[in-house]
Amino acid sequence: MSATTASRPDELHAVATTSPRPPRTRRGARDFFARLPIRLIIAILLVIEVYPMVWMFLGSFKTQTEFLNEPFWALPSSWSLDNYVEVFTTGNFGQYILNSVLAVFPSLFFILLFGVAAGFALEVMVWKGRGTVLLLFLAGIMVPAQMILLPLFTIYFRTGLTGSLWPLILTYVAIGLPLTVFMMATFFRSVPREIFEAATLDGASMLRAFWSVGLPLVRNAIFTVGLVQFFFLWNDLLIALTFTTSSNLRTIQVGLLNFTGQYGAVQYGPTFAAIAVSVFGTLLLYLFLNQQVMKGLTAGSVKG
Amino acid sequence: MDKALGDKRTILILLGPALLVYSLIMLVPIVWSLGYTVMDGNPIIGFQFTGFQNFATFFNDPAAWEAVAFTLKYALVLTVLQVALGYGLALLYVFWLRKASSAIRTIVFFPVVLPTVAVALLFQRLFEAAPTTGPVNALLNTFGIASVDWFGTPEASFWIVILMDLWRSMGFYAVLLYAGLVDIPDELLESARLDGAHGWKLVRSIVLPLSLPVLLSSLIFSINGTLKVFDTVVALTNGGPGNATTPLTLYMFQTSFTYGDYGYGSTIALMLTILCLLFTVFIFRSTRRDLTKG
Repeated sequence: MSATTASRPDELHAVATTSPRPPRTRRGARDFFARLPIRLIIAILLVIEVYPMVWMFLGSFKTQTEFLNEPFWALPSSWSLDNYVEVFTTGNFGQYILNSVLAVFPSLFFILLFGVAAGFALEVMVWKGRGTVLLLFLAGIMVPAQMILLPLFTIYFRTGLTGSLWPLILTYVAIGLPLTVFMMATFFRSVPREIFEAATLDGASMLRAFWSVGLPLVRNAIFTVGLVQFFFLWNDLLIALTFTTSSNLRTIQVGLLNFTGQYGAVQYGPTFAAIAVSVFGTLLLYLFLNQQVMKGLTAGSVKG
Repeated sequence: MDKALGDKRTILILLGPALLVYSLIMLVPIVWSLGYTVMDGNPIIGFQFTGFQNFATFFNDPAAWEAVAFTLKYALVLTVLQVALGYGLALLYVFWLRKASSAIRTIVFFPVVLPTVAVALLFQRLFEAAPTTGPVNALLNTFGIASVDWFGTPEASFWIVILMDLWRSMGFYAVLLYAGLVDIPDELLESARLDGAHGWKLVRSIVLPLSLPVLLSSLIFSINGTLKVFDTVVALTNGGPGNATTPLTLYMFQTSFTYGDYGYGSTIALMLTILCLLFTVFIFRSTRRDLTKG
């Protein structure tokens, strides 16, 4: 009761604020009600962003009958892991995750090694034509991957690489390089050249200056770029779909895409569990490294 | 010193591997693909030179033009909506939430890192009409509206595709644009406020012109990405119903790998590349004109 009487004056102010051109009132009360619509917007925003994930997680524990007979907001009757077991046995997700790991991490290693070295050669070293070569790499960001799929398919088919994970790794390295070279060149631009000159004056070769002076300087940048590339490669569907010619080569994304197709009717529980499994890795990474991920992905936004 | 920085052998060692892989797997195939556009066939049955037959086919192919129309409609609608929504969120972060916005920024951003396929499967369930009623239709039912078969009509499918990509990307564009907005000096905003500019007027006359460069680059990133849409459509609607939501990328994929027509597939890929180029140039030019006017 006392609470309602206390809030009276605030309500009066609230009425005042809704009228056009409110008269200047005391700040505290006015601020609270002025902020109410914003709070409402934020609450709705958070529900829209987060609820689908919660729903998916709860759904991954439900049985088929629960899905068919109960409303969507019902909680699962038990926390049984049957759906997850199904995903890894019938769904063969263990193999898919392994394939993804085997394709993505070697690619990531070569992208970073080659990309950082090239970024250094293009930004720190002084030679004729480096502008043109940098532009050549930049063009690769613009061109859609569809332009290279068909010739690559022919090349991999002729060289007998089809049927292994090599087509994926090679294509990933080539597609990841432009953005990496571009970003690393940008990072090296902020390092004064004098540092490398000083290193060579002390008797180090340029290669050594790159390895023991340049690399440590851009360590954080390499980590950021690596993170960005990891997300692009791990979530890739187009390349994986094109070059995984047999079901035991499928990456996690291709496996997930084909998951519902394995049964006649949709198996809700296992589908939700499969989504949860495929989301788990990137979500966990984001939980711990969100600031770096946000910084990196927005810096890499040229990729579109 | 210049000698050390210009050492040919070092440059070769550092740049060589990247340039070699990039040339063999990107540049050579691009040129090769151009060669395919004047051919008919695929690697298994062999190729035949057909001149500009593929281009003639493209211009007379109704399915191709539907794909172009869908690609353009999707790219324009999504670009406008995601940059506008992102900008709205960024304004919210900067002017209303201020220091407290960090947590909200992080939460709204997270869908970007999720695999598209997973999000698409989830959205299929969210908008499901039968046999189970998904949350969206259940919500409609509580308001007395009958369930809608969202994936049954071209119009509804289009908007679900857009909605899903908005859900994924708005937080991303918000952070991208936020970075541009926080760069606006506080003194400038303060003096504008002293001059009597508040709310919408402040945004329109001070904030918007100053954040135009970052808005422009967001538009370019967005149009470049959305013209190449593939994952979302493949996983969510697979181009359906019929081929109502088939973009050029998917049409190229089907032509090449389902029907084995590499020549025509390459032609479609080339058209897509040209489209991307045209849009980037167009946005650059039109905004430059606006800048000189304003």
